[in-house]
Amino acid sequence: MSSPLAGAPLAGVPARARRRRGGRRGRLGWNALGLAVFALIIFPVYWMIATAFKRGSDIFADTPVWFPIHPTLSNFTDAIHRPHFWADVKNSLIIVGCVVALSLVLAFLAALALAKFRFYGRKAFIVLIIGVQMIPLNALIIPIYLVLAKANQVDKLSGVIITYLTFVLPFTVWTLRGFMIGVPRELEEAAQVDGSTRFGAFVRVLLPLIGPGLVATSIFAFIQAWNEFIMAYVLLHSPEKQTLTVWLASFTTNRGTAWGPLMAGATLTALPVVIFFVAIQRKIAFGLTAGAVRG
Amino acid sequence: MSSRSPAAAAPLAAPSVSRRRPLGRRLRRAAAPYALLLPAAAVIAAVLGYPLYYLVRLSFQHYGLFQLVRHKGESIGTANYAEIFHDSLFWHVVLRTIAFTFACVSLTIVLGTLVALLLTKVGPFIRLLLTAGLIFVWATPVVVAVDIWQWMVDYEFGVANWTLTALHLGDFNHHDWFANPWSGWAVIVSLIVWGAIPFVTITLYAGLTQVSRDLTEAAAIDGASPWRSFRDITLPLLKPIYVILISLSIIWDFQVFNQVWIIRNGSPSTDYYLMSIYAYVESFKISEYGLGSAIALVMVAIMLLISFVYIRQMVRIGDAE
Repeated sequence: MSSPLAGAPLAGVPARARRRRGGRRGRLGWNALGLAVFALIIFPVYWMIATAFKRGSDIFADTPVWFPIHPTLSNFTDAIHRPHFWADVKNSLIIVGCVVALSLVLAFLAALALAKFRFYGRKAFIVLIIGVQMIPLNALIIPIYLVLAKANQVDKLSGVIITYLTFVLPFTVWTLRGFMIGVPRELEEAAQVDGSTRFGAFVRVLLPLIGPGLVATSIFAFIQAWNEFIMAYVLLHSPEKQTLTVWLASFTTNRGTAWGPLMAGATLTALPVVIFFVAIQRKIAFGLTAGAVRG
Repeated sequence: MSSRSPAAAAPLAAPSVSRRRPLGRRLRRAAAPYALLLPAAAVIAAVLGYPLYYLVRLSFQHYGLFQLVRHKGESIGTANYAEIFHDSLFWHVVLRTIAFTFACVSLTIVLGTLVALLLTKVGPFIRLLLTAGLIFVWATPVVVAVDIWQWMVDYEFGVANWTLTALHLGDFNHHDWFANPWSGWAVIVSLIVWGAIPFVTITLYAGLTQVSRDLTEAAAIDGASPWRSFRDITLPLLKPIYVILISLSIIWDFQVFNQVWIIRNGSPSTDYYLMSIYAYVESFKISEYGLGSAIALVMVAIMLLISFVYIRQMVRIGDAE
């Protein structure tokens, strides 16, 4: 591919130099554009945080106050002292904790089968796992609500936990399988040759290697369950039994929204997700499109 | 592939007799994957399989408030389907959902590509900054994002109205964006595209860094315009990534519910109906669960048709491993 350059070194040099000089001025332009795009993209997030720290008079100003010059925490104290905030935080944590733990155990076993065994029906199960993730949850909420109503599980956290497995479990199986495939079989075989049993080889070789994958998968499962809205919105009626996302959405139902506390509440809701997300972002991108380049 | 080759080579080298294990152990080994799969499969069948079956059954039933109390629907054959297929609002909503999906996906892919290309042009510091910004947007929960946008386009104190007025783009003082459905949908599409760009951009940028610089430089020396070199070199190389990104975007945008529902404060007018919203309103607001199920099932059917391409691609990848 580089042969045209190598064939004409004398002609290539000035052209390249010219390009570099033009490139510096060009780079400056691109950087300016990049900065503008950054500002545009990040603005909504900035605006949420800025509003959360502003005084009421600065929020409801005729000319926007672009920076919280008089920073205050009153919006945050207002938000967390709203009715049911702490109860709903607790509900979110209980639901998310149970969903992550349950799906991790179930998915771990299933992913092990899919990644480390070849058996009849394996491909069918893979199609099933991918296929069920395409079913819109908004469609399933109707039968799920009616079934749970019959089983007396509406307005109960247990009903929501069962429901959340519909989207967290298939995803967890698929992602964990991807991480397990990454472990070379030779390593396990070497351990077995060295006298370990299959189980011993598994515990000492496979488990430490997929540890980071397990952590990343459970964090992503956490984020999905934490962010879920419609299922909790339909299934949980009493305000003290709702999740944080439903609590946040209920802020806006009345005329005349309290924007300051709302933005503070939004910041608090987003905070754990953003922290976790930034920590595992690379692995998420990998999990969603794993192998796409090779396809 | 690579994991299979050592096993395939082994039988030739080792005498087959010594590899033969007792029958019981072989059986146990053959049963192991099924035993491992069983718990997850059982749960998926219970929480996904059964509701799906029940959705199909519901769509052939009359299921109103009376039936809700008795927990039992009344079979009415295909009457629900006859009703929605003769309902002009239903066809309106189907078309709107398709147009909405098309707008969101095409804007997401085009803008995502442009930002990804921009990432290859800027210096390392700006690239880091831009990537960090994209990740923050990506991490923002949907419910939070909707609240932010609702605040930005607030008719009284929203920053959008002030900025547009200050830029002399018209008088947006006390402008209500949702009074006119077109401008309301513009806000909703912007919000969704804004949230979707990071994933597309970061994935495409990862792909772009894999495209050899030599190829595009050689093309530039041969006199190809940047657009031609993008179209004829970069695009074909990134095609598998685009297939996945476009199918995933279609799948996600076709079933949008939360953004519209929350930004319209839980009571959208019919101008703001998408299929998911129509099914929801029929079921949970009007308590016509049978009708709602029929709409939802049409939605699932369209969805599975669309995602066929995606599933095939993913299975092919899963197989290659």
